[in-house]
Amino acid sequence: MRLEARGVSKRYPGVQALDGVDLAAESGEVVAVVGENGAGKSTLMRVLAGAATPDAGEVLLDGQPLPHGSVPEARRRGIVLIHQELALASNLNLAANLWLGREPRRGPFLDRRRMRRTAARALARLGIPHPPDTPLARLSLAERQMVEIARALAHDARFLILDEPTSSLSHRETERLFALVQQLREEGTGILLITHRMDEVEALADRVEILRDGRNAGSLTRGEMDRDRILSLMVGREVREFFRHGRHVRPDSVLEARGLRGRGMSAPVDLELRAGEVLGIAGLVGSGRSELLETLFGLRPREEGELRIRGRPVSTANPARAAAAGMGLVPEDRRRLALLPGGSVGDNLALAALPLWQRAGFLRRALLRSRCRELIARLRIQTPGAEAPVLHLSGGNQQKTVLGRWLAREPRILLLDEPTRGIDVVAKAEIYELLDGLLEEGVAVVLVSSELPELLGLADRILVLHEGRTAGLLEGREATEEQILRLMLSAMEERRTA
Amino acid sequence: MNKKALGVGLMLLALVALTSLVQPSFLEPVNLQNLARWIGLYGILSVGMAFVLLTGGVDLSVGSIVGLSGCVLFLWIQAGVSEVLAVAGVLALGTLLGVVHGLLITGLRLQPFVVTLCGLFFYRGFARYLADDEALGLPREEHPGLFRLVESSPWTLGMPGPFVILVVTAVLAAVLLNLTVPGRWLRALGDNEQAARYSGIPTGRMTVLAYALSGLSAGLAGILFALHVSTVQPSVHGNFYELYAIAGAVLGGCSLRGGEASILGVVFGAALVRVLYNAINLLRIPTQLEYAVIGGIILAGVIADELLRRQALRRSLRHGPGG
Repeated sequence: MRLEARGVSKRYPGVQALDGVDLAAESGEVVAVVGENGAGKSTLMRVLAGAATPDAGEVLLDGQPLPHGSVPEARRRGIVLIHQELALASNLNLAANLWLGREPRRGPFLDRRRMRRTAARALARLGIPHPPDTPLARLSLAERQMVEIARALAHDARFLILDEPTSSLSHRETERLFALVQQLREEGTGILLITHRMDEVEALADRVEILRDGRNAGSLTRGEMDRDRILSLMVGREVREFFRHGRHVRPDSVLEARGLRGRGMSAPVDLELRAGEVLGIAGLVGSGRSELLETLFGLRPREEGELRIRGRPVSTANPARAAAAGMGLVPEDRRRLALLPGGSVGDNLALAALPLWQRAGFLRRALLRSRCRELIARLRIQTPGAEAPVLHLSGGNQQKTVLGRWLAREPRILLLDEPTRGIDVVAKAEIYELLDGLLEEGVAVVLVSSELPELLGLADRILVLHEGRTAGLLEGREATEEQILRLMLSAMEERRTA
Repeated sequence: MNKKALGVGLMLLALVALTSLVQPSFLEPVNLQNLARWIGLYGILSVGMAFVLLTGGVDLSVGSIVGLSGCVLFLWIQAGVSEVLAVAGVLALGTLLGVVHGLLITGLRLQPFVVTLCGLFFYRGFARYLADDEALGLPREEHPGLFRLVESSPWTLGMPGPFVILVVTAVLAAVLLNLTVPGRWLRALGDNEQAARYSGIPTGRMTVLAYALSGLSAGLAGILFALHVSTVQPSVHGNFYELYAIAGAVLGGCSLRGGEASILGVVFGAALVRVLYNAINLLRIPTQLEYAVIGGIILAGVIADELLRRQALRRSLRHGPGG
């Protein structure tokens, strides 16, 4: 059998996630899909599995077009996507999970004997060493992933799509999963594997497809695979220079962390930030980038280490303290963590600075209004006025509003988590220009970004993180995309082999 | 004026006009006095409830706090505590209970529904225990000053005490909500708690504040209800009042999802529920039907509100720049 995507395009507000992508996989073949964060891998897999409806193009199974955007239909034809977040019920036992949504019945009752019998067979086939009545909650994450694969196979899956299956597995668990993938290939299952890890590609893939910016960037067969070639195809584009580096950096240290580790971070991190400097932070999703920012900002309890602002030790026990110490944070998930969806542009702009705009306990509403007007003009937020609902704005203008919330407090340190994700080119350029002005005034910026060109263009130094650990510190002036990628990858493989 | 407050205000006006046309005795001073007193009593509870609903929570303990407050007030005064001290003590008690609810919700991350449901049972049981399950009374003639709180007097321009106290409470609540920083923070917290936290707002303290205000208003209403009936039955006094409080607030434009509240709307909403009661009596609708009528009217109001909201959303999606 042959599963094929032909000319698939998909646009989300503010981003063209896929732009005419082709991809094919045969039964008994392992195809690795690689690309940077945001290259469109996950969207393409969702389209194949019916979880996203493409704007153009089609998905074919043995030449027959599949209906768009129907997960049940895709499943019926044997195409199953195994997510990073597993779709199992942890309060049920293994047999019930394997049959979830397709429970066999005898009359009005569950046919429990049949469920148990077939479940036992399916578990044995994958070497899952638990009886069918074990509660799922007792299994490790890796075993649950196996159960999910077992469920797909029990339902006659012909093509399995694995989205970063090893991202939370230990070395041994990974080996078991690899063995399973090879067994399935021999049995004739087609496998699409999204991964960031070059060693996985080399160990498993018959073919590797490289995506870049939502387009096909190349395809290599087993014989042509070579780490450097894959990396250069992933990077591929010319690096635009946004600013000249180091233009605004001053010698005085603004923020200094020594052995800082917050809850949920796996290792302590050191960093130093000077006035007018951009410290870039590179790392894959799940590398602890956001956790580091949240620890700096007092959103995560600090478990060890020291934090100094302008040489003085500070307690950032909560975000209010961090804000009072001159910090501001623009989080990655704008909709969930930053916007007041029911509020106006003005409500959103004023949120962080309200305590500064009161007298004798009362809000100074005239001052508030004039400050909002100033911010709207300064950030060039396109809105009919401060009273307009913030949700009517485009993504870029919403992002400028969130940034403006902190500018209202005149912060000395800005922590920016993916500040230009999903916004259009014009808004992006305006945000860069604004940052340049702030840097000139001596504001220091910590910039987390998955877009390597953005990091290279903006950052004076780049801290590379992997699984919460520092993998390296590069001078922005000299760093290249390949160097950063290599650092992220080599760090991961050193740990693997260790 | 807030659009929702305007809507429920118009509904109230229509109901008043209709009732007084069909039954002119509605406008007689005795009836209006009585009506205004009940509006005052229940309105205070709804205003307190509005703060909790604004944060996306709910306070089910209100009726039992009303019962407990009445019992404690009468017991203390019977025991010889001065009137001023007893009133202040009950207000402090209500506030304290609210703070405890807030701390359980923010500190232990318990659900508001569960915490205040436990309060509902606990305070009722405690009140019955304190009063030995017997009716408590206070002779009016021995405490003229205290009872003046629920009467009409030249001081109150002839209006019943609870109504005047509601007006004062509502003005203070509106000032807090609209003109101060904590008020804006409460709104932000109800709209998106995570965004509020990420913007440096002490969301825990603000949640505690909301429950404290609800407890305080329950204590205040508890004093007034007890004085109004002058005899408190510990097992039933205040039963279901939390539901009237929620009904008034929801009719007044509060959403149980949080983030929305207009004090004027809530006062109108609470008034609407009382006028409905009054109208059912005056219009000779069988009183057995009163709950059914009130339930039906509230449902109709909420459905109308939801339909209008969706229409507004569709319109804004069409006209917004999007993307």
